[in-house]
Amino acid sequence: MYAFEYHKPSSVQDAVAALSDKEDPKIVAGGMTLLPTMKQRLASPSDLIDLGGLPELVGIREEGNSLVIGAMTTHAEVARNETVQARIPALAKLAGGIGDPQVRHRGTIGGSVANADPAADYPAALLGLGAAVITNQREIAADDFFVDLFETALEPSELITAVRFPIPQRAGYSKFPNPASRYAIVGVFVAQTDGGVRVAVTGAKGSVFRVTEMEQALASNFSPESVANIRVPADDMNSDIHASSEYRAHLVTVMAKRAVAAAEG
Amino acid sequence: MLRVSMTINGKQATKEVEPRTLLVQFLREHLGLTGTHVGCDTSQCGACVVHVNGNSVKSCTLLAAQADGAEITTIEGLAQNGEMHPVQAAFREHHGLQCGFCTPGMVMSAVDLLKKNASPSETEIREWLEGNICRCTGYHNIVKAIQAAANEMRG
Repeated sequence: MYAFEYHKPSSVQDAVAALSDKEDPKIVAGGMTLLPTMKQRLASPSDLIDLGGLPELVGIREEGNSLVIGAMTTHAEVARNETVQARIPALAKLAGGIGDPQVRHRGTIGGSVANADPAADYPAALLGLGAAVITNQREIAADDFFVDLFETALEPSELITAVRFPIPQRAGYSKFPNPASRYAIVGVFVAQTDGGVRVAVTGAKGSVFRVTEMEQALASNFSPESVANIRVPADDMNSDIHASSEYRAHLVTVMAKRAVAAAEG
Repeated sequence: MLRVSMTINGKQATKEVEPRTLLVQFLREHLGLTGTHVGCDTSQCGACVVHVNGNSVKSCTLLAAQADGAEITTIEGLAQNGEMHPVQAAFREHHGLQCGFCTPGMVMSAVDLLKKNASPSETEIREWLEGNICRCTGYHNIVKAIQAAANEMRG
């Protein structure tokens, strides 16, 4: 790891100021992706801005018909939180399936969302539930937030403070994990929301995406059979040593069926 | 340089460190607590697991600076008055180790599990050990040891 300057701001305002002032700063939340990346010298920020001193970014609260989860809330906290388990059990299950217990004790929702790893779990939940990313400046709909591989709509000096999840009528998540890393080879999040049915897929392409054909089929009949014969094209899907694009395309249908079955309970 | 201060196994430690110092380096190289091991150094193997503020974490993927002010427990902090912790005793009794390299991390993960779930099923134990890799035992005796420790600790 190359040397860097370390800062631990005590307010969101100070964190944003540090982001704007420094030459090549990076925010560290849990550090579960950033620190390994820095060790491999794939990232060499001039300054690390640690959000660990901002307790106001930690916590889960119910606000009207939605759950607001602070950016520094860990995966373990989301997984075991009783409000999340009661209101959006699929989200608690998703958080409890990220990495391993030690990673879940450090990794945060804000860090995962900002990183926008193509195989991360949370992006599927955000897009599938029609969540909003709350920053120090604005709210960004999940549909507009995830742009491409590790690319989001965040401005360079913008900081995620929380994520707002509308509570769905029902939702389910199913992933085919890489057996070593537990990242999604393909993960599908299905939700029946007040705004209609949403189907979001992670792991299969450069960024999370929705499958409108499945959403329409499920809107008229919410059952696994409705998506069983809907195939997605493999052309622009990821292909690597873990799975070919054709295999991933096949998995999208299988995981969608299982996610619908999970949502049915 | 940064000044970091934390409570390790009940004792206060304060040192000047480079910002890039990992918690595991701080423990091993600055404090001489070499019971915590570095296996893969990529947060996969779990040999470096310690407790930070009551949760098991991988100390190779945490800066010492991030742990400033925290309460840390390492494998050296488990035994009390020369008596092994029930999890350590169970690992010895049930042959839950062969080469022993992964053992500090395995034990620290298991202690955290039993604190959160006093009666884990075999499946829950195996799922909890997802982030701890052992290349010798095939895990069976590790699982047996944790089950035995759970029984012992429930009394």
